[in-house]
Amino acid sequence: MKLTTLFASAAVALGLAAGGALAQDKTKVGFVYVGPVGDGGWTYEHDQGRKAVAEEFGDAVETVYVENVAEGPDAERVITQMALQGADLIFTTSFGYMDPTINVAAKFPDVKFEHATGYKRADNVSTYSARFYEGRAVQGTIAGHMTESNIIGYIGSYPIPEVIRGINSAYIHAKKVNPDVQFKIVWAFTWFDPAKEADAAKVLIEQGADVILQHTDSTAPQAAAQAAGNVITFGQASDMAEYGPKPRVSSIIDNWAPYYIARTKAVIDGTWTSTDTWDGIGPGMVGIGEISDAVPADVKAEALALKDAMAAGEYHPFTGPLKKQDGSDFLGEGETADDGTLAGMNFYVEGIEGSIPE
Amino acid sequence: MDLSAINPVLLIASLMVAATPLLLAAIGELVVEKSGVLNLGVEGMMITGAIAGFAAAVESGSPLAGFVVAAVAGAALSLLFAALTQVALANQVASGLALTLFGLGLSALLGQRYVGVKPPQMGRIDIPVLSDLPVVGPILFAHDVILYFGIALTGAVWAVLKFTRAGLVLRAVGENHEAAHALGYKVVRIRTLAILFGGACAGMGGAYISLIRVPQWTEGMTAGIGWIALALVVFASWKPWRALLGAYLFGGVTVVQLNLQAAGVAIPVEYLAMSPYLITILVLVILSADKSSAPASLGRSFHASR
Repeated sequence: MKLTTLFASAAVALGLAAGGALAQDKTKVGFVYVGPVGDGGWTYEHDQGRKAVAEEFGDAVETVYVENVAEGPDAERVITQMALQGADLIFTTSFGYMDPTINVAAKFPDVKFEHATGYKRADNVSTYSARFYEGRAVQGTIAGHMTESNIIGYIGSYPIPEVIRGINSAYIHAKKVNPDVQFKIVWAFTWFDPAKEADAAKVLIEQGADVILQHTDSTAPQAAAQAAGNVITFGQASDMAEYGPKPRVSSIIDNWAPYYIARTKAVIDGTWTSTDTWDGIGPGMVGIGEISDAVPADVKAEALALKDAMAAGEYHPFTGPLKKQDGSDFLGEGETADDGTLAGMNFYVEGIEGSIPE
Repeated sequence: MDLSAINPVLLIASLMVAATPLLLAAIGELVVEKSGVLNLGVEGMMITGAIAGFAAAVESGSPLAGFVVAAVAGAALSLLFAALTQVALANQVASGLALTLFGLGLSALLGQRYVGVKPPQMGRIDIPVLSDLPVVGPILFAHDVILYFGIALTGAVWAVLKFTRAGLVLRAVGENHEAAHALGYKVVRIRTLAILFGGACAGMGGAYISLIRVPQWTEGMTAGIGWIALALVVFASWKPWRALLGAYLFGGVTVVQLNLQAAGVAIPVEYLAMSPYLITILVLVILSADKSSAPASLGRSFHASR
């Protein structure tokens, strides 16, 4: 009996403590990460964004994060926990968190959610993503010029539109400067698994690839390329500058900080609404890491010109004439792909071999 | 589809690398099981070795020091298992499972600071003329020293078990611990030594993954290799050279499936990804008919009073 009383009073005390925390007017911002903050890639950059928010608002905001959250049921549990702990705004930073985010958001109408790279929205769920394919166009241009074996290896994560868009964009631009180029694609079925990514990179190198593009988050492919010698790579999501000037010759850098600060400010001001943001090189959400000296000056100049043209909105990476892999028409002469087509892209463009896993 | 893109020489060279962690762990577990102890904690000892070796290599700058520390860490964890099963006479299956869970958690804790850190590189042995030979060179003479160590260890374990008095005593303890005890052999001491050897081997196997094969540290990076090593010991019918063969077979399937994918073979990726495990199961089923060579006292606790 005594024990029960003890538990009961403990529960009451805890409840009061939690209530007290909720009553504070500090804005609490939560982040859910798919990898560890030290991955040196995707999650690292999101955490840089979180730190920028903490610095910008100081004591007015409290940030919390949970790393290494598996996509699926685990994610739903973590997001729910965060909402229960009084978060006002929660960023879920991986594609696979889409349904968990929507499910939890339905249960917490007063909490605002921001889901990265997804397409499902609700009154309290916004989506945001970056036009990584613009960066892929720059990579493809450099890769097409730099390859001597004419074989470019590509490590895909999951066969989702975001990844397929990147493959297509890189291929179109590599082919433009080097008609003999060939892509070899390996699907790792993971966002972050250094062992698998290293194996995939090694296999691609053994099969003759001297350029490795990756759409996975760890630096393991960079290490594999370094060990192999005459292979170049590109930093993914983060600069990965520690592997430069070779194998890493350039990179796509995700810069989430301005967006995270703007959205946090909107919650503080009470002006937050559900939106769909998709920014590229122009607004600065996608950055191109410094192109190293391993790249010849004329190639570097061409890549930078392409980058500037995309930043200014003068050039779209998916500009016709383009055909799909099966030979059917995709875009006519001078036509550019609209965002809807891009968001749902589930086919390779003409010239890429192999099929997309179901 | 373009199978000619797969270079068989490089394929064999890289499957040897993929097989080494498995081989090290399996040889260690083979000795443990030969002494009559079933330690299901291989995965836990491997991952502990992986982080301990990684941390030591990063702090000291020497990969070899990393391997030594990994062996010590694996052995230290196995000492816990020895204390539980040999002194406290706890159930071996439960203790082994606990060891794996404990090892996974402990390594994640120890590894917090080492995520994304670049370890020092292990040089390959380059023998001037031999390494440049056309086919044999890349397969036989252009690896790191641990890979050769693994093969040498296989040979050594085989020779010791087959030809020496120590090997005979170890097998006697594994076959019939009461008889061995009656003859005056210290069953518990011999088994504890075997468990320590197994722990050290598993630790080194783990360090091979974090220092050479990947090289990087991530939580749970051994990804089930310890379990496959356990299966491999049964697959090999407790014979060292068969364990080597099995390790190369599994390593081979792992590497071949990626090669097939890169070569654009039209088999769904999911089937390729599960193929190493399917083949492991298949071979186990086929070989399970051959139970003759399992140590008779395997998994049974021993106490001198009974």
